[in-house]
Amino acid sequence: MLKIKSWVAALGLSAIAATSMAADLTGAGASFPFPIYAKWAEAYKAKTGHSLNYQSIGSSGGIKQIKAKTVDFGATDAPMTAEELEKDGLVQFPAIIGGVVAVVNVEGIKPGQIKLTGELLADVFAGVIPKWNDKRITDMNPGVALPDAAITVVHRADGSGTTAVFTDYLTKVSANWKSTVGAGAAVKWPAASSVGGKGNEGVAANVSRIKNSIGYVEYAYAKKNNMSHLNLRNLAGQVVEPDDETFAAASASTDWSKIPGMSIYLTNAPGAKSWPITGASFILMYKQPANKANSAEVLKFFDFAFKEGKKMAADLEYVPMPDATTDFIRKSVWNNVNVK
Amino acid sequence: MSTKTNMDPSIYARRKRANLFGLVLSMSAMVIGLVFLLWILAILMFKGFSALNLDLLTHNTPAPGTPGGGLANAIVGSLMIVVSCTLLSTPIGVLAGVYLSEYGDRSKSAAVTRFVNDIMLSAPSIVIGLFVYALVVVPSKHFSGWAGTIALSLIAIPVVVRTTENMLKLVPVSLREAAFALGAPKWKVSTTVVLKAAKSGVMTGLLLALARVSGETAPLLFTALNNQFFSFDMNKPMANLPVMIFQFAMSPYENWVSLAWGGALLITLTVLALNIIARVVFREKVSV
Amino acid sequence: MEQREREVKKDRHPLSVQRVFLWREAKETCMNNADSLMTPHRQSVLRWQRWQDFLFEKTTMVFALSTLVALTGIIVSLFISSWPVLTTFGFEFFYTVEWDIINSKFGGLIAIFGTVVTATIAILIALPLSFGIAVFLTETCPMSLRRPLGTAIELLAAVPSIIYGMFGLFVFAPLFAEYVQPALAGSLGQIPGISILFTGAFNGVGILAAGLILAMMILPFIASVMRDVFEIVPPILKESAYGIGCTTWEVVTKIVLPYTKTGVVGGVMLGLGRALGETMAVTFVIGNAHKLSPSLFSPGNSIASTLANEFGEAEPGLHYAALFSLGLALFLITLIVLSLAKWMLIRAEAKKGMKT
Repeated sequence: MLKIKSWVAALGLSAIAATSMAADLTGAGASFPFPIYAKWAEAYKAKTGHSLNYQSIGSSGGIKQIKAKTVDFGATDAPMTAEELEKDGLVQFPAIIGGVVAVVNVEGIKPGQIKLTGELLADVFAGVIPKWNDKRITDMNPGVALPDAAITVVHRADGSGTTAVFTDYLTKVSANWKSTVGAGAAVKWPAASSVGGKGNEGVAANVSRIKNSIGYVEYAYAKKNNMSHLNLRNLAGQVVEPDDETFAAASASTDWSKIPGMSIYLTNAPGAKSWPITGASFILMYKQPANKANSAEVLKFFDFAFKEGKKMAADLEYVPMPDATTDFIRKSVWNNVNVK
Repeated sequence: MSTKTNMDPSIYARRKRANLFGLVLSMSAMVIGLVFLLWILAILMFKGFSALNLDLLTHNTPAPGTPGGGLANAIVGSLMIVVSCTLLSTPIGVLAGVYLSEYGDRSKSAAVTRFVNDIMLSAPSIVIGLFVYALVVVPSKHFSGWAGTIALSLIAIPVVVRTTENMLKLVPVSLREAAFALGAPKWKVSTTVVLKAAKSGVMTGLLLALARVSGETAPLLFTALNNQFFSFDMNKPMANLPVMIFQFAMSPYENWVSLAWGGALLITLTVLALNIIARVVFREKVSV
Repeated sequence: MEQREREVKKDRHPLSVQRVFLWREAKETCMNNADSLMTPHRQSVLRWQRWQDFLFEKTTMVFALSTLVALTGIIVSLFISSWPVLTTFGFEFFYTVEWDIINSKFGGLIAIFGTVVTATIAILIALPLSFGIAVFLTETCPMSLRRPLGTAIELLAAVPSIIYGMFGLFVFAPLFAEYVQPALAGSLGQIPGISILFTGAFNGVGILAAGLILAMMILPFIASVMRDVFEIVPPILKESAYGIGCTTWEVVTKIVLPYTKTGVVGGVMLGLGRALGETMAVTFVIGNAHKLSPSLFSPGNSIASTLANEFGEAEPGLHYAALFSLGLALFLITLIVLSLAKWMLIRAEAKKGMKT
């Protein structure tokens, strides 16, 4: 008797659930922009009542899920090429710009205290420089007390656009890295002592927990968790700090409208104030989406984010897309998404 | 009567020493084991309690970096998935158990089924998650609470089958024979007499299965995924406690980690409570 | 007249014979009346009931066979999904050290190695400890404590594994890195031959840490199985041994253990099966690095943690198939271990005289 009642109740509940009123949008992908997308989603829900559920599963996960059509949009920091987009019937547009920083957990080291060149950074991650008090590091940082301890490299365990951006930079500045490791969303990390973390969150958590470790995360994660980042010497020879000004300087010279598929890496950009490991995070959607209502809602969400999400982005040290670019995106990219 | 024995005192002393040594070792093993396990529980209580407050039940999971927040959507999602799983696995498991106990003495296939069932009991849960992903999520093109339910049912059904069969076997044969003698058909005997007599044992089995699936994470990773908002829609990704704990615990945000501990404490208390209730309801020892 | 004669004759016989006569009479009455008892209505009711019985038996049989179907389905679907990798790399997939996602070169040895080594470490540590616990609970524990302690162990076996993972990551790993790893490197790491096992940075995460957490997780499970098996020993065997003057330890090692040998091994293998398939407790502390290193301090990967980390993003293609191949390997390994365990436990229970 009780069983029958429960069956009826279950059926009733699911019937109610099936007629839920507010649109539930699903997106998945890069952890790089997760903090800002989640903030935007909260604000959007407060304004319109529609909820956008974004799951941070890594850029490769975002590409996979949008190809499998299990989500309304995918997010990736490793942009797909124009040919790949054409093959799968996808459109791609950048939603936000941010910077990747190297973070360290060494006792007594404060944010920005250590500076390195790109080549030295590549050597540390390649395991060529095994200890903190190696001559090459101390030469560039006189007066900074570094311990005689092995460096533990923390990297991404999942397929990551952040890794793609980071390794793209390392390939550009270090011939050794280019020949031994290369660039990509998941590479073979050569360092003897290396630990993997899931998502930017996992890398940040691991670096905080493991002494004498170094890792790479999107800057919002470093700032929010009070981690010590490294300053880098950029292409112009200047040592720069990561913040939204230097990220903006790196992307200032890019003319988005000329790039096929808007697919570009912003690393090692010219300019005296440019942060060398800057990257944009992209959104992938179908030209002919299965669920037109949801896709229309997704476009409205990003429209809201472009117009009203700028301050939220700046608070988290991301750089919002400039107005000229967002106009271009609306006119030339969104009109390709068939939501009629 | 001579009381002189042929005992060699040195050998006896050696044996006594060996005995003392062995027993001390075993007692210290017990102490080590208990210490570690109590340590884990103590840490769980300590860290989890500081996260327990009313917010846990009223607020949803927070965005990264947003302070505060609660676990409301994860708790509701977990409840819905686990309850649907129980509703799905109860009829299948109980009827399968009835078959094995009532008709299973005469057939080879029953012996094989029992063997396979016990293997499925301890099968790696992540492989079951993979299977349900390939079977349900890919064809239906979205993650859903229902896929999570199916994955959990594949884990719960073997538990229910085993305990149901054991409980039904405990019902005395004379009860069955009395019903047969009155002219009842076999199906009536099995359901209205035997099953009713073993009612509390079968309930115990259901509770144990429920306790087992409440804490499972791996099968839900690729089936129900997760959801940061509150939702009753089982056709979409469903927030649930175990995956949420996995995501939050490995993150660097303090409030997320604290919520993860709170969720872990909730799950553990639920599982322990279900096990204790099962033991009280059915006094005899139940083995799974 | 005949009837009276028959009745008088009957009374002169003993009761047992009278009972036989009564039974014969009842049978004759039944058989004579049987045709009239079986009315058409009753016949149709019987037919209907036979049909219901048939339906019931077949329905429950279908449900019972569902676990068989599920198992076969899992193996089949794993095979199908991992087919591309099996055709590309062949059998050497399972012993190649390689995990290059960009260039689509995969080898399963790193993950298999991690799974097997962590499970082995877990068993090596949990086995003596749970043996000690089982001995304590069955032999030396005071009677009043026996039930509560036994229940406590069984309840601990029910704690979800993610708790162990969290404990490992937040409490165990820092302590491990701070105290235990330096101590091990300083002591065992100085012995030539096994010093290679203890080299490397002190991260607190890695193969050894994962093995220890797994050991904690399967400890209550193996302890309760062992205790159940020890309790099967007929008291008369033990009492005979005590009677001729054996010490408790001698009774345990020379009487109880040999008697319960198969059951103990079965229980250990059940624990091994659990440890091989464990995901959450391992993923938190194994370090997630695709590396094969002889040092126990180095981070590694197990099959379950590889799946947990990479499945969400593997696109259909070789990466996806490689992950499924790992899942297939894991499933087959646990299948073999659990079948052996089950077979041994059946033999142990048969000794008790009870059919399983």
